[in-house]
Amino acid sequence: MGLTAFMTFLLICSSVTMVLALASIQREDMAGLRKFLALTILGGLMFLGMQAYEWSHLIHEGLGLTGNPWGASLFGTTFFIITGFHGAHVTGGVIYLSSYLIRSLLGRLQPRHVNQIEIAALYWHFVDLVWILVFTFVYLL
Amino acid sequence: MAHTAHTQPNYIGVFWWLLALTILEVGVIFMPIARVLIAILLVGLALTKASLVAMYFMHLKFERTTLGLIAVTPLLLCVLLVFALLPDHSATPHLTSAAAAPTAPPPSR
Repeated sequence: MGLTAFMTFLLICSSVTMVLALASIQREDMAGLRKFLALTILGGLMFLGMQAYEWSHLIHEGLGLTGNPWGASLFGTTFFIITGFHGAHVTGGVIYLSSYLIRSLLGRLQPRHVNQIEIAALYWHFVDLVWILVFTFVYLL
Repeated sequence: MAHTAHTQPNYIGVFWWLLALTILEVGVIFMPIARVLIAILLVGLALTKASLVAMYFMHLKFERTTLGLIAVTPLLLCVLLVFALLPDHSATPHLTSAAAAPTAPPPSR
């Protein structure tokens, strides 16, 4: 529970840094954009690392796609499918944001590309929004 | 996406709200109240957090109302899906307990 609550905290933090990255490019502050993009990517990577740790721990305890030593086996299916798809989207988001960070470092991202960053930000916030619901419906309820 | 002119929201303020609501969520599950009340509180808190992210981080608050309606519409499908699956939810414990029930000993002669 503590680990998952911290993972939620991490994604919320990464949403804040993402929105600050967008605010930076809107102010034409490209150094700020790079700093906040890097922090967002770091948050995503830390989230994925913790998810990998949680998965390996649960698999070791016997939870699987078709088995659950603590109750209904359907929980294992639900848990791995939902958190797995969410993790895949976080991975996609990390790659997506990394591509913009690299473009910015190479000088190929200008303030006129603000719309592209806004779309990437919307993607990242939606991944965070979905995790808020996953945290409640899969872990807390 | 439309660049309507608006002042920047207080993002750090929204962050503190999200953090407080997350801590509250974790606290709610340990409250000595009925399970159904805990569920209602948790769903309410989760929807509040999701709304904060959508309205302030995704700037839905500063967009046209139509866009908000488009964003909310899939929620109706979610509710429909939950109600469609409710019969399965209520049926499973019954089947599980029937399957797990010990078999009756053979009648003695």
